[in-house]
Amino acid sequence: MPLLSVRNLQTRFATDRGIVRAVNGVSFDLEEGEVLGLVGESGSGKSVTALSIMRLVPEPPGKVTADSLTLEGTDLLRLSEADAREIRGSRMAMIFQDPMRSLNPVLTIGRQLTEVLRRHQKLSGTAARRRAIELLETVGIPMAEKRLAAYPHQFSGGMRQRVMIAIALSCNPRLLIADEATTALDVTIQAQIIDLVKRLQRERGTSVIWISHDLGVVAGLCDRVNVMYAGNVVETAPIRELFHRPSHGYTLGLMGSTPRVDGSGTARLTPIEGMPPNLIDPIPLCPFLPRCRVSVPACQARPPERREFGVGHWASCLADLAK
Amino acid sequence: MSTLLEVEDLDVHYGRPGAPGSVKAVDGVSFTVERGRTLGLVGESGCGKSTTGYAILQLVRPSGGRVLFDGTDLCTLDKASLRRMRRKLQIIFQDAHASLNPRMPIGDLVGEALDIHGLYPGAKRAKRIRELLDMVGMAGHLIERYPHELSGGQAQRIAICRALAVEPELIVCDEPVSALDVSIQAQIVNLLQDLQQRLGLAYIFISHDLSVVRHVSDDIAVMYLGKIVERAGKHEIYDAPAHPYTKSLMSAVPVPDPDIEARRQRIILKGDLPDPAHPPSGCRFRTRCPIAIDECAKVEPLQHPLAPGHWAKCIRL
Amino acid sequence: MAVVQPSSPATPYRITGSFVLAARQFPRHRAAMVGLVLLVLICLAAALAPWIAPYDPVQIKLSAKLKPPSFEHLLGTDHFGRDVFSRLIYGGRTSLSVGVLVVVFAFVLGVPLGLASGYFGGRIDNLLMRLVDAFLTFPPLLLAVALVGLLGPDIQNVMLALGLVQAPVLARIVRGSTLAVREDVYVTAARALGAGPARIVLSHILRNVMSPIVVQLTIVFSAAVVAEASLSFLGFGTQPPQPSWGRDMSEARRFLGDAPWMFMAPTGIIMLCVLSINFLGDGLRDALDPRAWRTRRQLSKGEG
Repeated sequence: MPLLSVRNLQTRFATDRGIVRAVNGVSFDLEEGEVLGLVGESGSGKSVTALSIMRLVPEPPGKVTADSLTLEGTDLLRLSEADAREIRGSRMAMIFQDPMRSLNPVLTIGRQLTEVLRRHQKLSGTAARRRAIELLETVGIPMAEKRLAAYPHQFSGGMRQRVMIAIALSCNPRLLIADEATTALDVTIQAQIIDLVKRLQRERGTSVIWISHDLGVVAGLCDRVNVMYAGNVVETAPIRELFHRPSHGYTLGLMGSTPRVDGSGTARLTPIEGMPPNLIDPIPLCPFLPRCRVSVPACQARPPERREFGVGHWASCLADLAK
Repeated sequence: MSTLLEVEDLDVHYGRPGAPGSVKAVDGVSFTVERGRTLGLVGESGCGKSTTGYAILQLVRPSGGRVLFDGTDLCTLDKASLRRMRRKLQIIFQDAHASLNPRMPIGDLVGEALDIHGLYPGAKRAKRIRELLDMVGMAGHLIERYPHELSGGQAQRIAICRALAVEPELIVCDEPVSALDVSIQAQIVNLLQDLQQRLGLAYIFISHDLSVVRHVSDDIAVMYLGKIVERAGKHEIYDAPAHPYTKSLMSAVPVPDPDIEARRQRIILKGDLPDPAHPPSGCRFRTRCPIAIDECAKVEPLQHPLAPGHWAKCIRL
Repeated sequence: MAVVQPSSPATPYRITGSFVLAARQFPRHRAAMVGLVLLVLICLAAALAPWIAPYDPVQIKLSAKLKPPSFEHLLGTDHFGRDVFSRLIYGGRTSLSVGVLVVVFAFVLGVPLGLASGYFGGRIDNLLMRLVDAFLTFPPLLLAVALVGLLGPDIQNVMLALGLVQAPVLARIVRGSTLAVREDVYVTAARALGAGPARIVLSHILRNVMSPIVVQLTIVFSAAVVAEASLSFLGFGTQPPQPSWGRDMSEARRFLGDAPWMFMAPTGIIMLCVLSINFLGDGLRDALDPRAWRTRRQLSKGEG
């Protein structure tokens, strides 16, 4: 049984301009110990997918529905608010792009860390403190004992993200969701954090959903990738499959527009023209069609169905990209 | 090929020298930019790359050094001459929306650039504005739109359009695509490259994203804590980086290819950037450097030539 | 992407500037239009007072004193038997001109001061703001009294004094907003384009600090109308028996129990004016801020 199973997840938001279908029928499984990448541009629904899983979508204006959404057999959508909070602290955790906004600026790091431990793990004061030091050491914060008394602003961006990871790990979650967790960090610090996540995943067997717009980060970290566009997964594939045989026009477009530091790319980028569709009006055909470079006549006639391209590799694309 | 811009020993200090909290944001930076070419300026946050760009344009006044544009030292110009000179050097910013006055429609925003320098007066003005919008791939019917109605990519096009309006020879691009989605980023990068080809512009392309910088630049200068530590052509910088900082930087940039990623050896740096108000003695990188020796704390490294146009500041070379 | 090509010679029709666009927006603000119409009516009434006022506002007729509203006296009469409605119409001449002129005066003096102080900073800022602080340490009414005492008690001097009292408050507000806006990227961008201080201040900073200015000016207007009353009450400004809203209002307080209409009429008209001005201010503020416009313009697709 997969650790996390998502079937036909739909998340909508009521706005004064209409219903925004931010997530529109997302389905996937996440296995024990797997690192799954969610890739797409802003507005593709990758963050909202994560928030929906975490039960962090404010309702209203949001509305989350799914045929099924289970974590280790627990139906996440049926949970009461209190139970959802309990599960967020113990079986799944999330880290965000901006750690400063997730930390309370007027409380010490130690206080914020031990509070979680005492609430969810029912640890005593000294035990929580000991565990907090342990956790900070795990995420590579030197002089952890001293750092407990520090406030968030006394930490650098990378250090704050480590603290967030420490808080996320405090209850040994089975699932860690990272939403653009390294986007705001410098590359050398990003490398440190990715290194850390890899190590934690290896040592603890935590499953990770890694949300990023950066194909490079995903290529180095993930086992499998879901490419998202306009609220839907348009292609899913094991990591090497995806890069060797991208099978959706959008995946191809993303790769064409990503510059490479090793210089093995083309002299000229191939951007994706135009802009993503608005998610209010219904999209009858392939949502990427207006921007697609590889569309075939059939694309104008019917919405694309899922096609298999290999083991665990499918895409909703009618064009034949395998050359 | 001729030299357009020559930066010599540029300093930007904040606060009184020696006073607590005073920072040498830019410390003795020198480089040249050739006509029609692109110099990439990379480094991590706080390395002084943006401040360098601002100082070249005299948007912050340098504390020392010279900025020779076509032979004229911008640092010594009086206000009026400097304003006239600004036509030749332009800048675009990371946050394009913030760089456009929210209360001005696009027509006014572009028109203002013309008005400031008295270009295309009278009846020619409207026609020119349309031409300029066309040059950056914006449709003329957007002329009555306001910045908040534009997407990030469109806003950056308008910012580029304004810069072009005064017919500059050099544009400082300060993280121009960092806030944009990859697909839009590629559109803007291509636009900048097209414009360079058509108009013979020179760029100083400032970014923390090495992949983008490598893609657009001819030469690259790597900055760390206010100093340039290595300068090289775009190929050497990745294929033969010399400075340990450049090496770790290059190794840390992810490559969108799982096979390469699986094979790569990352040099993971220890710790964080030191406090810029109290930089380490000697070589500033030594506190995080994997190959530092005692000597590094004592001497300030000088330029070590490696090949024509390629040097690094490291005593261990 | 399509490589950019020089445009085909498109018809270079006129480019509409931001002020025209803003002016087009204003009539769409319903409350502001209501405010404008009301204000115009009130002003017209005051201007045409000799022709539309049914009675002489200063004509004393003790036999008809403290009469409640009737067909004869639409808003009743006061303790001297004067027609309240007529006094209201005539009083508008004083009160409105005080309000408007004080607003104009505060704007003309306070805004440039605040802009200069905020934009240039440094020594100019220090000097100007210390001056402003000195002004602000006095209770405003006391200061106005002192000024009028110095200049002589007539209505022009009251306006001047009230304007002088209000200008520093406005200057402080403008300076604060200017300091914030000065650091905005578009100001740096304008500098980089080669714009001089005049253009930067007028076309970038002033436009972006208009909202707090407009809000403050509506406050200044109402404060001026009321302050004129207090000054008149103290014997400066409007001399009895000349009508003024503020004066009549404060006088009416003594008869609140016997003749509430005497109080309600000037109070009501002052409130109506302030309300209209507030609506007008809202409309002005929104018309000057494109982000507040209620148009639903769909962006055309097409980054490229």
